[in-house]
Amino acid sequence: MSFLSVRNLTLRLKNGPRLLRRVSLDVAPGEVRGLVGESGAGKSMIGKAILGILPGAVEIAEGEIWLDGTDLLSLPPTERRRRIGATAALIPQDPLTALNPSHRIGPQITDRLVHILGWSRTDATARALDLLAEVHIPDPERVMRNYPHELSGGMRQRILIASAFAAEPKLIVADEPTTALDVTVQKQILRLIAGMQARHQTALLFVTHDLGVVSKVCQRLTVLYSGMVVEDASVTDFFAAPRHAYSAALLAATPKYTDPAAGLLPVPETVTASVRAEVEAFDRAMDSAINERGLADG
Amino acid sequence: MQILRILLMRLTTTAITLLGVAIIVFFVIRVVPGNPVAMMLPPGATEDDIARLNALYGLDKSLVAQFGIWLSGVVQGDFGTSITSRQPVLGLVLGRLPATLELSIMALVIACLLGGAAALTGTRYRGTRTEAAIDVADGVALSVPDFLWGLVLILLFGVLVPIFHISGRVTPSLDLPFTTNFYLFESLLRLRLDLWADIVSHMFMPALALAIPLAAIIGQLLKQSLKETMNLDYVTLARTKGYGETRVILREALRNAALPTLTLVGVQFTFLIGGTVIIERLFSYEGLGNMAIDAVINRDLPLIQGIVILFAVIFTAVNLAVDLLYAVLNPRLRHA
Ligand SMILES: Nc1ncnc2c1ncn2[C@@H]1O[C@H](COP(=O)(O)OP(=O)(O)OP(=O)(O)O)[C@@H](O)[C@H]1O
Ligand SMILES: [Mg+2]
Repeated sequence: MSFLSVRNLTLRLKNGPRLLRRVSLDVAPGEVRGLVGESGAGKSMIGKAILGILPGAVEIAEGEIWLDGTDLLSLPPTERRRRIGATAALIPQDPLTALNPSHRIGPQITDRLVHILGWSRTDATARALDLLAEVHIPDPERVMRNYPHELSGGMRQRILIASAFAAEPKLIVADEPTTALDVTVQKQILRLIAGMQARHQTALLFVTHDLGVVSKVCQRLTVLYSGMVVEDASVTDFFAAPRHAYSAALLAATPKYTDPAAGLLPVPETVTASVRAEVEAFDRAMDSAINERGLADG
Repeated sequence: MQILRILLMRLTTTAITLLGVAIIVFFVIRVVPGNPVAMMLPPGATEDDIARLNALYGLDKSLVAQFGIWLSGVVQGDFGTSITSRQPVLGLVLGRLPATLELSIMALVIACLLGGAAALTGTRYRGTRTEAAIDVADGVALSVPDFLWGLVLILLFGVLVPIFHISGRVTPSLDLPFTTNFYLFESLLRLRLDLWADIVSHMFMPALALAIPLAAIIGQLLKQSLKETMNLDYVTLARTKGYGETRVILREALRNAALPTLTLVGVQFTFLIGGTVIIERLFSYEGLGNMAIDAVINRDLPLIQGIVILFAVIFTAVNLAVDLLYAVLNPRLRHA
């Protein structure tokens, strides 16, 4: 049974184009699923939809998001937020903007434990100190009293990781958690997240550009193109033989993780043209289905 | 360290500013026609009488010499003698200062409460009719100047539904046990709530008139700033933690959103203090502003000079207070 199950999720800009096209993906308890695709494919949108933080301009046209046996979209907004806060967490992309500049580190980790989960201050503080030690923060007592601007980017990302694990969530969404960091710290942070995930047995949805990272951290992966799932496979199967032409091209274009800074090489034009045609065919089918339904209703 | 540096810089610029103000006010009011001495004497006084009084007040010397005498006195804390009341200017002015300070601060508090409430409500219900209604109210409040609000309030709550006093600072028949002129503050300290209520009931209308335009400015600026802050990453992250929207606004966004607004509110507050001159007149409130108008009517040159200098001191003090507050509220500056 999956802990997270996204079913046929379709997002669109209000009165505008679709951003996600019937996306379905599952993450089992303790499993790590990679979510790859080029920039603008809609990877972050999936994470935002799960965590209930979609931008105001985006609406959910269709779909279900099952988290721990409840369809989040069927809950009233306040209840949905509490449910998400109690069971899921986000490791954000940019540690420099993800901490509140006017609060000390301590409360930014402990407040959720105290106010959402009802822990005592003392317990929450002890827990935060443990976690900070676990993410290798030197002198956690002092760091708890620091303001974000007094710490380096790598330190801040460690703190955000500790904070994400604080409430023992069953699911963590990590949205490119290393791209904003210095290349030298990227590996450490990656190893840290993988280690924490293994120890806490958290389900992890890992958004990344980098298939090299996927091969190291994930058990399953979803390849997204223009808001459409083109491949959903186990990592072993995928790296042995990708099924879709686009994901095959993506894999061929990835330098063999020796040079993470190089990023992706371009996918050949013929491949993108054919996958774009698939997307257009999908949209046409959806639109005509909507029109027919509209005619039947009218 | 940062705070000390701001203080030192400010003290230097303040001294220069005040000197400039002193020069301008001294010479400008002497360009305006009208001889204060001639106005004091009864009709039928001879040229000799006028000359004698002129000499008494030093008005027969050259302008530059007069300025020198006045300035050296000011430096020693002697602002001269009021021509109309024949009392030391400093004592007169300081005696009225508390009334104006209490009025301005009460107005500021009302403005922050009203403006803050409008901004928070507008942010909480952004994109709905509630926000649109608040925007309209802000617009109306801003497009009417404070003294017209004063007239409106006098009509509404002084004449139509007379629940507040609209004249004076305190009911004259009351026995006042105060040793300072901070009536509002001292009545509270002495726990004379009866007097306090009477004073508040006198102050509320003029304070509200002063507060309404500032409240609208605070409401608009703070809401704008809050809405921008609500889209920042750390606010989004806080939402995923399960907090309700109201808590996210108050706890995550408010403080950071208030910082950029603070400086502008400080500038606006000095305008509000300037507004007390007319509002005090309108409500016959015995403060500095009312005294300033009397002094101008009577050509009481030393008194005008004293009041203008005091207003200049208040303005610079407000600006300094805003800068310090900004440094205290902003952790980046506090530790720099
Ligand atoms: N706030 C927003 N309002 C409207 N459209 C948006 C907004 N944010 C993103 N989009 C659009 O949604 C689509 C998907 O964006 P998303 O951020 O999910 O991409 P992504 O796969 O995460 O890309 P990247 O790898 O660059 O982070 C893009 O076409 C983008 O232009
Ligand atoms: Mg993204």
